[in-house]
Amino acid sequence: MREAWWISIIKGFVLINVVLGAFAYMTLVERKFMGRMQLRYGPNRAGPYGLLQPIADLVKLIRKESFFPASGVDILYIASPVVAAFTALLAFAVIPFGGGWTIFGHYVAGQMADVPIALILLFALGSLGIYGFIVGGWASNSKYALLGSMRTCAQMVSYEVSLALSVLGVVLMAQSLSLTEIVAKQHATIWFAIPQLLGLLIFFVSGSAETNRAPFDLPEAEQELVAGYHTEYSGMRWGLFQMAEYINLITLSALCVTLFFGGWHGPFLPGPLWFVLKLIPILFVFIWMRTTLPRLRYDQLMRFGWKVLLPLATLNAVVTAFLVVLVD
Amino acid sequence: MTDRSHSPRNPIVGTAQGFGVTFKQIFKKPITQQYPEYKRPLYPRWRGRHRLWRHENGLEKCVGCSLCAAACPADCIRVVPAENTPDNRVSAGERYARIYEINMSRCIFCGYCELACPFDAITLGNEFEISEYARDDLIYTKDMLLAEPIKQVPVADPELYDTPIPYYKTHS
Repeated sequence: MREAWWISIIKGFVLINVVLGAFAYMTLVERKFMGRMQLRYGPNRAGPYGLLQPIADLVKLIRKESFFPASGVDILYIASPVVAAFTALLAFAVIPFGGGWTIFGHYVAGQMADVPIALILLFALGSLGIYGFIVGGWASNSKYALLGSMRTCAQMVSYEVSLALSVLGVVLMAQSLSLTEIVAKQHATIWFAIPQLLGLLIFFVSGSAETNRAPFDLPEAEQELVAGYHTEYSGMRWGLFQMAEYINLITLSALCVTLFFGGWHGPFLPGPLWFVLKLIPILFVFIWMRTTLPRLRYDQLMRFGWKVLLPLATLNAVVTAFLVVLVD
Repeated sequence: MTDRSHSPRNPIVGTAQGFGVTFKQIFKKPITQQYPEYKRPLYPRWRGRHRLWRHENGLEKCVGCSLCAAACPADCIRVVPAENTPDNRVSAGERYARIYEINMSRCIFCGYCELACPFDAITLGNEFEISEYARDDLIYTKDMLLAEPIKQVPVADPELYDTPIPYYKTHS
């Protein structure tokens, strides 16, 4: 069954707004939880319990002067936050959040685009998004931004390898690259988090490195690099970079739910609700990790990525391949 | 050798303990004091906004000697003295301060003016909420300094919080 084009447009509009709203309130929830974990209140001035804080932040960012370094490369400087935010938003299109419904005789699919190579598409979009960070740092013509973007580049390239390899176990077990089929396979058997526990851990660790989250936030280590690749950015251009980072985090958590925790399947409640219910604990763990773990040193980061995570991920993929062949 | 009896050797156990510590904090009451709603009592010897004083008979204590201006490291005090006349007696001494201005945007609240003053005419009060929208408003004139401060701030009980009198003051 195919859905009508106008339904796709409406659904895309709704989905993009839901994701943007989730991003806005993710920042608030993160600041609240981080505050609580550090015996502070977190933002509590804008609106009741600080609920209007994301809106206040948005208004502030939009009204702020978009500073522009005179020696920067203007086209690339302006384009890179757009590229980063665009690819981040685009990646969410392939995540399935429901089984599809028929509303008033019209079919509505449970995701924006059911691509047979969804997983590869996701990784490709993630790699494209890195261009936003690298080019943005370079086009600023500032040493801190350049150093930050070099770090981003090295870190993302290193951890993308183990991220892709950790997913390979899931792909072998589901025998498909399509996210809908991976979800269906988990519904038919068990959550892949159980047989692929090692894969899940590697996915989680390299995923948090991929999204520049603490303890892997070296690209924007403020004690050494001011702010990393977005040092020269301000106003809404900086906001777009921040948005890209948080939406990448949400997409990664959504991918984690889809690949390892059975996607949108669950008893009694509708699919999207189950999807969100599974998403929240994962996002919470990311926040929790940020408050708890100190940042790694650069050589530790590289050693951990290449000498620990990569062999483990390879081993996991090889053992899974053998087991899949043996069971079949 | 450092004492490692409290730190677990296993890094995984240590990390898990760290996660436990941060998780426990969520359920504790934050120690933040919500400032504009709750004003923590000030330390009694807190150095805040200046105050000029009068004698009980209404004459100003300041005699316009400019020692405070000389002592000021930030150079924020301006004193222009004038002679007291029998028709116009302002202070108890020979002269009085015709102009006495303190530029609060330069003042560093060190309290040297208070120490330099031979007549205890200037003291540092407890008010600290003295921000303004314009810099000119931060120049305090003599009338402003002589008047009672508008904003009163709570001050802690000196019996409880003040430091004891130093040894050299009681044994000299």
